Amino acid sequence: MSKTDVTRRGVIKTGAVAGAGLAVPTIFTASSAAAYTNEPTGGEVTLGFNVPQTGPYADEENDELLAQQLAVEHLNGEGDGGCLNTFTSKALKGNGILGKKVTFVTGDTQTKSDAARASAKSMIEKDGAVMINGGSSSGVAIAVQGLCQDAGVIFMAGLTHSNDTTGKDKKANGFRHFFNAYMSAAALAPILEKELGADRRAYHLTADYTWGWSQQESIAAATEAMGWETVNNVLTPLASTDFSSYIAPVLNSGADVLILNHYGGNMVNSLTNAIQFGMMEKVVNNKDFKIVVPLYSELMAAGAGENIKGVFGSMNYNWQLDNEGSKQFVKSFGEKYGKPPSNSAQTCYAQTLLYADACERAGTFNPCGVAEALEGFEFDGLGNGKTLYRADDHQCFKDVLVVKGADNPTNAYDTLEIVEVTPVEQVTYAPDHPMFAGGALGTCNPGA
Amino acid sequence: MDSFLLQILNGLDKGSAYALIALGLTLIFGTLGVVNFAHGALFMIGAFCAVTLQRILSLSYTVEDPTQKDFLGNPLKVQTPYVESWFGPNVGGAIIDWAVPLAILLAIPVMVLLGLAMERGLIKHFYKRPHADQILVTFGLAIVLQEIIKYYFGANPIQTPAPDALSGVANLGAVIGMDLVYPIWRIVYFCFAALIIFGVFAFLQFTTFGMVVRAGMADRETVGLLGINIDRRFAIMFGVAAAVAGLAGVMYGPINPPNYHMGMDFLVLSFVVVVVGGMGSLPGAVLAGFILGILESFASTTWATTTIPGINQIIIYLVAIIVLLTRPRGLMGRKGVMED
Repeated sequence: MSKTDVTRRGVIKTGAVAGAGLAVPTIFTASSAAAYTNEPTGGEVTLGFNVPQTGPYADEENDELLAQQLAVEHLNGEGDGGCLNTFTSKALKGNGILGKKVTFVTGDTQTKSDAARASAKSMIEKDGAVMINGGSSSGVAIAVQGLCQDAGVIFMAGLTHSNDTTGKDKKANGFRHFFNAYMSAAALAPILEKELGADRRAYHLTADYTWGWSQQESIAAATEAMGWETVNNVLTPLASTDFSSYIAPVLNSGADVLILNHYGGNMVNSLTNAIQFGMMEKVVNNKDFKIVVPLYSELMAAGAGENIKGVFGSMNYNWQLDNEGSKQFVKSFGEKYGKPPSNSAQTCYAQTLLYADACERAGTFNPCGVAEALEGFEFDGLGNGKTLYRADDHQCFKDVLVVKGADNPTNAYDTLEIVEVTPVEQVTYAPDHPMFAGGALGTCNPGA
Repeated sequence: MDSFLLQILNGLDKGSAYALIALGLTLIFGTLGVVNFAHGALFMIGAFCAVTLQRILSLSYTVEDPTQKDFLGNPLKVQTPYVESWFGPNVGGAIIDWAVPLAILLAIPVMVLLGLAMERGLIKHFYKRPHADQILVTFGLAIVLQEIIKYYFGANPIQTPAPDALSGVANLGAVIGMDLVYPIWRIVYFCFAALIIFGVFAFLQFTTFGMVVRAGMADRETVGLLGINIDRRFAIMFGVAAAVAGLAGVMYGPINPPNYHMGMDFLVLSFVVVVVGGMGSLPGAVLAGFILGILESFASTTWATTTIPGINQIIIYLVAIIVLLTRPRGLMGRKGVMED
């Protein structure tokens, strides 16, 4: 007769271990069963929109969220279809993505890297998001891009303009539709030379963080190449509110151009302060004093009010662009929300459609398949004209807008006027350009 | 030399805002013993009194103009302010143009009432609690107030320009034979701040009410034993302090466009000003406000930032450390205050 070791206590222990194993969240067990992180198994697929719903950029990013919601409507066949009607790729049919209805969850980045990572992590782990889209600052974008790379989901960046996002911090799972600081400088420099001349002395005030350094390096290099002299570059703390003590030394520096490498509230305040000190009325070195803001946004322009008159800058997109994709997007967005879209709205809308289209063309949500479909993809009809998603660094290449504060705006929305649409060839750079050196895409991570 | 003078003026201007906020903070601390972290929010609400009045005065009726098109190609909706149709474009336009100075009249009652409501409704329940509790509750209140403002006005800065007559620059150099120009509104702000500071000191020094308040600040119990309701007077002083912060905010709008976060930007600096000046000392708060404003301006010059990188970001805290090491009660602090 054989003796068995089965005891009541042993059965309870075994049962408890087995029960605990079954109760483990699917995020930990999915890796063994699924081919990639958050592989959709039901009739729906979830996208994660990570935007600063609180904090100083909340208004700017409210526009992003409106655009993302509009994109989801269009993907699901609701509304007027928006840019699905003008997009050159015809893979999207208005029946969701790969037949699955698109739903979304939102996270609040608060324009802080740690908060943005936490909200993205939550959307991936708890809500099962297969893609993260959005963001308002380069620090946030770089942080979330790294998280998505590790988690094995695609990151479709929102408003991030630092060279580093697709330079030294680029990742195989990350893609940027927005332009960058190098492109701003490359587009602006010839216009500045034409409008202000080649013999100018520039004084830079620069926000003291990754985007500010990147922007200053780019615009200084471009303007020095055409003959301008950089008189000084002063780093200003990001938390600065009153720039008068930084403006005052400009008046006696011999500079005849002030370049404000500032964004958001920094830009509104520094430009307002510069105008208060009468800079635009000054004549220095027998030339009219000028102010340049390399990166503009519509909401910043609204915040700066009349102070932006005659001030040059650049944009990724402006609703006044006259192409079929832009007209369609402005119509869809304008009729739904009663205002034209901002350039951050347009980039998030385009990114959402581009992700969905790549899934359709790849026939999978697997991030590696999606990444392969996006790499080297050429398209049109989303508002910017012909665009290439370059495989080498996952950066979009398209025309860049040089804009100027309108002298006589007729309404609240045409405060900026397009001076020139700079052709893409002029803003294209080699993948190994020194300003983008130091990083590598690495390999795609499906997460499983 | 003109650069030097320019930075002095900038420092006085920054110092004006610091001094006004710190003055209110000190008034509240000196009378009620409360560390009010919501004081920056009161400064911000003052600025939004100007925004509100500007919006009220700009209330418009809409007329469609078929000759112009909006961004969707529909007839443009042209807005005409009611005040312009009631009083004519010149007078109506001037009323809107002077919205910021006119907002002083709105801000005084609004801020006094808000201060009283804060004190009676919330803060008085924390008088006998530790300072940490007071800080937590007032900080929480500040966040609530700023989120309310953000909900109604958005997160974007809102332009509240100075009247045309007070915009532009004044050629101060013409008076002293130098190349020195300075924004007119900043000069107005400095003069306004000086007036308010003088008014508060005169109120405390030359009125019976002020005398009782000062007596209460020196010895609250004795004043109470004389049959004077010192709590009521201190509550009114909370309203006065709120009004001082609010007025500082109203007039600050044309310098930097108001946004919901502007109070927090000033709060920490203002506390440093209070500590450097000496807890509970009104002249100390004003003196420290101007000194730190001037030092901050000079620390932002190219020479300073090149010589000691980052000095512009730490100068105020550096001075605070030095002052507290050499004069632990601050520049004009009194014995016994915050020392129990």
